[in-house]
Amino acid sequence: MTYSLNFAAVWRSFDLLLEGLALSLGLAFAAILAGCVIGLIVAFGLVSRTVALRKPAGLYVTIIRNTPILVLVLFSYFALPELGVRLGKIESFVLTLAIYSGAYLAEVFRGGLIAVPPGQREAGLAIGLTEMQIRTSIIIPLMLRNVLPSLGSTMISLFKDTSLAAAIAVPELTFEARKINVETFRVIETWIVASCLYVATCSLLAALMRAVERRLAVPR
Amino acid sequence: MTNNLLEIRDLHKRYGTVEVLKGVDCTMRQGEVISIIGSSGSGKTTMLRCINMLEEFQGGTISIDGQEIGYEMVNGVRRRKREKDIARQRALTGMAFQQFNLFPHMTAAGNVALGLVKVKKMSRDEAKAIAEKWLDRVGLLSRKDHYPGQLSGGQQQRVAIARAIAMNPKLMLFDEVTSALDPELVNEVLQVIKGLAEDGMSMLLVTHEMRFAYEVSSRVIFMNQGRIGEEGNPREMFLKPKTERLTDFLKTSSFN
Repeated sequence: MTYSLNFAAVWRSFDLLLEGLALSLGLAFAAILAGCVIGLIVAFGLVSRTVALRKPAGLYVTIIRNTPILVLVLFSYFALPELGVRLGKIESFVLTLAIYSGAYLAEVFRGGLIAVPPGQREAGLAIGLTEMQIRTSIIIPLMLRNVLPSLGSTMISLFKDTSLAAAIAVPELTFEARKINVETFRVIETWIVASCLYVATCSLLAALMRAVERRLAVPR
Repeated sequence: MTNNLLEIRDLHKRYGTVEVLKGVDCTMRQGEVISIIGSSGSGKTTMLRCINMLEEFQGGTISIDGQEIGYEMVNGVRRRKREKDIARQRALTGMAFQQFNLFPHMTAAGNVALGLVKVKKMSRDEAKAIAEKWLDRVGLLSRKDHYPGQLSGGQQQRVAIARAIAMNPKLMLFDEVTSALDPELVNEVLQVIKGLAEDGMSMLLVTHEMRFAYEVSSRVIFMNQGRIGEEGNPREMFLKPKTERLTDFLKTSSFN
């Protein structure tokens, strides 16, 4: 072992890594935002008393959650065009991650929904609120407080999954790191720096979620 | 038509194959205070919850102020009304629950104001003023910015009563509102209810507080196995029960 560390080459391409990180964050933000909307709708389906809503919601979660995300990414980029759906690399990946995160978030939200006591809904009904008003004013705010701790770790997980976009040559952080690796042969340095960027970003994300948690905590 | 506030005709309610209400008839005039007593499983809470459609019922009718609650006949078929109409009808009544059911993420004032803003479509300022008026009435104005988790059980229940009454219901439903309270907190809640009774509020109370039922009610209904077992004024009911069932029930209850 005579490998001596030399970060100079990596620092010269550091801008490239930062651009990659910015794209990673963008991908994650768009996908998780869409995933939250999907997850919320599906979660209400999962806890619905109507079989016609519960079954399709359950099927969606089962299929998506039990398929490796890399398979989903490759499927939507390579197989969908064969079926006539042609999307750009980035659109294809965001769509895939949104659908994937929707399934995970649906399960997270479902857990939060069943933890809201039924008396909350009844109290809302008793003062004349409609089911939709009860959802927006009472159930969803309480559900969100229930799920914040697990929501944070799910979001971190989903952010790291953006690295799989490298498989279809989306120029995010992992893709850029691999490029620098190939161009400079600084294998160890490149991947150490890329890892540090992931760790730093995820730690920030976690701190942010904890701040939200504190902010929304119900005083007692 | 009649000028009864509440009319219940031949009310039937089943859970699956188990019939819990087997034909209940009851009328109530404006300003009456009726206590419903009976052992657990006799159907008293279920009857209360049918009145504001927290429970569906399979037979009979319930009318408040001449308005039929929950169901309508369409071409001879009994059908549940639209959810929007049922929501509007629920606002005719106010309800206080055994477990208070305050919204934990809202302050006391926020709890009371929610229905005023969302259902009565009042402005925030208007709703706030009314919320504060009712919190003052239950003796909790100084706690208006406290969250339910920061209040005692008795205080929570008083906020819950303020939340219901602020909606200006025609009829208040109390579902064992002191059963979850520590003994030393029961009285403050009963005092609030007594005050409302003196103001002429029409009330139906499901209660285990026999002494209170005796003092505050204009009429008492004894439920027994899904039917009204006996009813009358509190004096006759508690001191000279006619049926053996009621006599037995009173022996095992806290009235003495």
